[in-house]
Amino acid sequence: MNDASSLTVDWPDALFGLLKAHDVTHVAYVPDAGHARLISLCEADPALHAVLLTTEEEGIGLMLGGWLGGARGVLLMQSSGVGNCINMVSLGITHRTPMPMIVTMRGDFAEFNPAQVPMGSATQAVLEAMGVAVRRADAAADVAPVVDAMLRLAFNTYRPTAALIGQRVIGAKTFGME
Amino acid sequence: MEASHMLRRREVVRALLEDRRDLLVIAGLGAPAWDVTAAGDHPRNLPLWGGRGSAAMIGLGLALAQPNTPVLVVTGDGEMLMGLGALATIAVKRPLNLSVVVLDNEHYGETGMQRTHTAYAVDLAAIARAAGFPRASVVRSEDDLAVVRASVHEFAGPLFAQVKVVAEALPLVLPPREGALLQARMRESVLGPEAHLA
Repeated sequence: MNDASSLTVDWPDALFGLLKAHDVTHVAYVPDAGHARLISLCEADPALHAVLLTTEEEGIGLMLGGWLGGARGVLLMQSSGVGNCINMVSLGITHRTPMPMIVTMRGDFAEFNPAQVPMGSATQAVLEAMGVAVRRADAAADVAPVVDAMLRLAFNTYRPTAALIGQRVIGAKTFGME
Repeated sequence: MEASHMLRRREVVRALLEDRRDLLVIAGLGAPAWDVTAAGDHPRNLPLWGGRGSAAMIGLGLALAQPNTPVLVVTGDGEMLMGLGALATIAVKRPLNLSVVVLDNEHYGETGMQRTHTAYAVDLAAIARAAGFPRASVVRSEDDLAVVRASVHEFAGPLFAQVKVVAEALPLVLPPREGALLQARMRESVLGPEAHLA
């Protein structure tokens, strides 16, 4: 996992390694194709609490509760889920709670589905409007370094952060049309 | 049931928190936060000032992080209705040490006493039971409340109780408003001084 080529191919595995390295134990998620492999790795690890959510904002509450009890959390979601979280992010701002979000982008590079574009286009702006620090990775080799940086920023400086993984890395869903 | 025989929210919360031992409490925003504070401000209370719909999920995160400590969420019917999905999420994780108590006055007390869905017979306890809570009940008497009070410390959860209370506007008893203080004092109470070096 040290050379660039393995990071390029295996970035979900690299992210799993980062969660373990940063002592994350609460992994909140809404099922997502981009995060499918990372979610499977988390669910298979008995040392982690992989928490299946009905909607993304539940993950914000979960991370606050975990931190109150000394546990580190992350929230895995798609960019559309960011919209569901925005008011709830207030909890992390007012309590100064580490809340790293790892977001796979939709409505982004080469999108097929018109319905994904409004929230995908607004994701970074609305997060930043709430005061969340945001960095993007648009190449596979950048995913692990960007996520590592945003985990560090969240846990070391006590704030919500977001790492956005561009659709250029994940590939656009084409619904069998291309 | 006539109002004169109904439970009153401040007395309910006072009974739940009596001899609380190591109990950790998350209080939903609005009246439940004032009720919990009226029973005595405490480092192991996190009264919320916002994040409506999040109280039960905060309780879940805390219960998973501290499985040997009982965690009690005290919230209102309006707050619970905004985050009903949390009941499904909690039921899947089945934390033995988590209890969710809804003070159900069937009204939005903070915004002018408009009716909530429970005034139209939406049964929150039945929703919790259907989601998979092993214990979920509607509480209307002091005897039933005493059972809930004991169960909170029994590690046989997750437990859900919908406590029917009088719709009444009571004097505000405000907790500290600084979220960073509220968070830090609970962390220190749970983790000791090292909490601040994490």
